[in-house]
Amino acid sequence: MRQIAPRTVSPMKLLRERCRKGTLYLVLCGYEIHIGNFSAARIISAMIRLARLGLMVWTGSIFVAFGAETGRIPADQLAKAATSDSISIPTPGELFAALEKPGKTNWAGQYRGPIPVTYRDRAQIALNLGGLIADGFIAVEAKDGQQVKNIGSDIIKLAKALGVSEKLLGRGSSINEFAENNEWDTLQEELEATQNEVKSSMQSHADQDLVILVSLGGWIRGTQVVTSAIMQNYDERTAKVLRQPALVHFMQSKINEISPELRSDPLVKDVSEELTKIEKLVSFPPGKAPDVEEVKKVNVAVGKVMEEIENKEAPK
Amino acid sequence: MNRSLLTSLLVLALTVTVAVRGDTDAEVQARRDALDVAAAFSNDGFKVRDGHWCGVVKPHDHALVAVNLYAGNQYWFSVGATEPAKKIAVSVYDETGKQVTTDSYDNGDKAAAGFAPQNSGQYFVSVDLLEGEQSPFCLVYSYK
Repeated sequence: MRQIAPRTVSPMKLLRERCRKGTLYLVLCGYEIHIGNFSAARIISAMIRLARLGLMVWTGSIFVAFGAETGRIPADQLAKAATSDSISIPTPGELFAALEKPGKTNWAGQYRGPIPVTYRDRAQIALNLGGLIADGFIAVEAKDGQQVKNIGSDIIKLAKALGVSEKLLGRGSSINEFAENNEWDTLQEELEATQNEVKSSMQSHADQDLVILVSLGGWIRGTQVVTSAIMQNYDERTAKVLRQPALVHFMQSKINEISPELRSDPLVKDVSEELTKIEKLVSFPPGKAPDVEEVKKVNVAVGKVMEEIENKEAPK
Repeated sequence: MNRSLLTSLLVLALTVTVAVRGDTDAEVQARRDALDVAAAFSNDGFKVRDGHWCGVVKPHDHALVAVNLYAGNQYWFSVGATEPAKKIAVSVYDETGKQVTTDSYDNGDKAAAGFAPQNSGQYFVSVDLLEGEQSPFCLVYSYK
């Protein structure tokens, strides 16, 4: 069964559009020609077929195929699949996009108060940085320029506390500029680019262990917001976004790979323990949407972790 | 500023970022090609993620990457490969390894697969080299 609605995703439409612009895929332009009578139709049709064949030989094969043959990959090969922080972990923006579909979400109602930006513990800074970036995505969804600017400024402060690249200062200015001009799509891209730049800078400063904590902080804050929004306006379709056992398992396994020193950080230890419990809470069978009670359980669990990330006292 | 200009700027920015990070020329080219394909879907409101996965694919073999997707979103996975790749394909599998039905775009060394997951969770994207010799490739994805 096709799982995509042709009305919403229409590669043919895109290709035809290119066709009309005369830039690409001329071979498909034949579909657009109007034929007035039968003989003309046959001649034109033959010419189109010839032209199409020639162009296809010349340009290589260009085609759009629907409903590709189905197959299966064995479990041992799936287990060897590559994973990457930048591809395998979705951004808060992706999560919020899925939430936005069935109805109007009260994004401004999901704001939280300002968090301290004076943490000393590097793990705590990284986790909060991820959370703040998720807050930035929330403010973009709410189309709240001032809130985006406030959060952008806090992101830069926390990033500087970790000693990441000076280039981030430029990102701060861009965030302000885009917020002032209400360029919401661009702002979302800028937030994601900022997050990637922070991670890339961490990697080049031998702080790669902190990278997963930034992603994790973003996921926890994003999930807190999404569960809260679902509880306020329960809908089975949106509740389905919470099924992410493999994602939580992946983040947990990345934490297990970080240095023993960082893993023994009291906050990281607590977060890791809670993550094991959260993995069970988000392991719904495929196709089953969690009910309100199950959503509440996830909300309470991620809320507890978020509270700790925000307020845990660093060891003296 | 209209969406296509923004997309072009994003593609340019991402390409420059790759060059700065010192990836190989072939990877830079493969990523540029992948972003070119992804840019076409931006006209339909898809946002390109600022992340990529590059590698090498061998003849009659596939390269597989795990992704985590949300029910309710639509996705396009766009791949570009460089010479000596002649024909590549992209396909998507669910967490049990069963291939899911996708809309596909194939153009020699560029290809894409699009679908809307019914269930949130883990999926696997496979890049297959159908014709040509071992080649570098790059994958990006878009969502809306």
